[in-house]
Amino acid sequence: MKNYHIYRLFNDKVSILINKKALFTILILLGIAAVTFVFSTGTGEIRISPLQVLSVFFGGGTDTDRLVIQTFRLPRIIVSLMVGIGLAAAGAILQGIIRNPLASPDILGITGGASVAVVGFLAFFSDESNALTVSIHWMPVAAFAGATIVAFLVYFLAWKNGVSPIRLVLIGIGIYSLMKALTTLMMLLGPIYQASQANIWITGTVYGSNWGHVAILVPWILIFCIAAIILSRNMNILELGDDIAIGAGSRVQRYRFLLLMVSTALIGGSVAFAGGIGFVGLMAPHMARRIVGSSYGALLPASALIGGILVMAADLIGRTLFAPLEIPAGVFTASIGAPYFIYLLFKTRNA
Amino acid sequence: MFKTNQQRSIGLLFAFILLILLMCASIVYGYTNTTWKMAADAFTAFDGSNEHLIITTVRLPRALIAAAVGASLAVAGVLLQTLTKNPLAAPEIFGINAGAGFAVVISVTVFSLSNLQLFTWVSFLGAAVAFVCVYAIGSIGRDGLTPMKLTLAGAAMSAMFASMTQGFLVINETALEQVLFWLAGSVAGRKLETLAAVIPYMFVGWLIALAISNKLNILSMGEDVAKGLGLKTGVTKALSGVVIVLLSGGAVAVAGPIAFIGIVIPHITRAIVGIDHRWVIPYSALLGGMLLLLADIASRYIIMPQEVPVGVMTAVIGTPFFIYIARKGFNK
Repeated sequence: MKNYHIYRLFNDKVSILINKKALFTILILLGIAAVTFVFSTGTGEIRISPLQVLSVFFGGGTDTDRLVIQTFRLPRIIVSLMVGIGLAAAGAILQGIIRNPLASPDILGITGGASVAVVGFLAFFSDESNALTVSIHWMPVAAFAGATIVAFLVYFLAWKNGVSPIRLVLIGIGIYSLMKALTTLMMLLGPIYQASQANIWITGTVYGSNWGHVAILVPWILIFCIAAIILSRNMNILELGDDIAIGAGSRVQRYRFLLLMVSTALIGGSVAFAGGIGFVGLMAPHMARRIVGSSYGALLPASALIGGILVMAADLIGRTLFAPLEIPAGVFTASIGAPYFIYLLFKTRNA
Repeated sequence: MFKTNQQRSIGLLFAFILLILLMCASIVYGYTNTTWKMAADAFTAFDGSNEHLIITTVRLPRALIAAAVGASLAVAGVLLQTLTKNPLAAPEIFGINAGAGFAVVISVTVFSLSNLQLFTWVSFLGAAVAFVCVYAIGSIGRDGLTPMKLTLAGAAMSAMFASMTQGFLVINETALEQVLFWLAGSVAGRKLETLAAVIPYMFVGWLIALAISNKLNILSMGEDVAKGLGLKTGVTKALSGVVIVLLSGGAVAVAGPIAFIGIVIPHITRAIVGIDHRWVIPYSALLGGMLLLLADIASRYIIMPQEVPVGVMTAVIGTPFFIYIARKGFNK
């Protein structure tokens, strides 16, 4: 135990165990995230040096710099950071409850549900001139509703004297293909302009984020991340398998349900604002596991930060590499994520 | 259901007649009102009228394609399920559909191919790559080919191919318009030439499947028993792989990724004729054709005058079935 510090607060009602090494790693990740954040803010059509960026953050800087940073870049970068955090944390939770390193929001069909909802939203609420008949602000609500409905559906269909991880995965895959079919149907029903809009959204992009999005997304992600961290000690037990977890006195089904809901909320929030940025929920937890080990107290924050860095970097590449053409961030995460996935399949071959 | 071979033969004949009837129904029923007599006239006394034109150039290819694609997917499903001993195996679960789809999208967006013959080969290539990858990834490790690993590997490969397809379509919007309907899986709007380009390969696939059906019976007893009985399991497996690629790749080249035929039909067939592959394969082919024809006819009536892509129809029919099998559980 010499690597751990124990803190007891409020007359021993709350105690926190802190791993010094993990804390150190997380601080380094936080540093990398901050550097990426500042660098990404400074890069684009108009280059702004990191120092100037910092001075804008603290209220200084020239008017142009302030305009570019505060109006155009910051909301987008904050959204990509939050989306990365949300997806990665959700992925870590899902891997814990399904006890399979290959589980991810994409494969369980939860992102698919959100996609159907959004594409349906675009198809049904637009008139002949391709304008939306209701406010675009309802789109995130639709995405969240879709994600939640699918999560519930998968959960209840997988229920048979409790939910077993393998049934959850299989039924998730089944529902996923249904969702894909429905998405295509919605795209065909709507006008072609909306279809291409929808296609970009499905691939995942943070283009067009504004402060309004930030104001909704930041509290949403933070609240559920805190909830996840509070629940994290239960995840450590769940990971041992149902028999041991029940033997250790954990209410397995109840916590599995709670955790699934938390991860759905995180996914719904992220997907609503950025579409299906794929493979982040899969990659980030694995990278984090490599760095800080598999205790969820450290794993959750570490994978959340890695997820944030990944999405920020993907967005940075997407908007600068082929400028003025914008490539959705999801294309990049998928092109890194897919080979990584195959590597994982290879590595876990004896698991 | 059928106990003796005599019953099975009569059943097979009956299924064949039913398939022909459904093909006729597919030719007669649709948005443009036509009668059975008109359909008969269109072939015997063609008069160039609108109805006759629709029957010969639109409905007939559609019916033939639906029957051929349905049969191919069903047989591919039977072989996959036997080969992997996994009741949930099917071309779409294996990522074969997605692989072939990705290959076709790349050939349209990057190489601007439009040659039908090439299309078929590209689709075969995609199907083969996906099949080999998923099979290889699913069978590495100590405990060999487990349903869980296979399903995950397949889902992963599908997700990967799907997101790459999406990426290419985002960059190239005109291609999106071209391939969107194809991507949904549909047997409508195809010409007879499209079918003619793949039907020889499908034929070869069906024949090989029938030829190795008795070997598949032995293979389904398990690797060790089959080897003990003197079966060259490697050859049989390789042949099955070729058949699967030919049939599912061909089906995707014509109709786009159509899901769940390959998973539903083998289960229904086994419930009817038992587990003897010599019967299961021909029955599956007929039933698969029938199911796709039915789904296609239904797809014309649901949101008339528009049409639902038949791939969506089969997904809606098939998902509950898939979930039922997944819930029923199987030995890991």
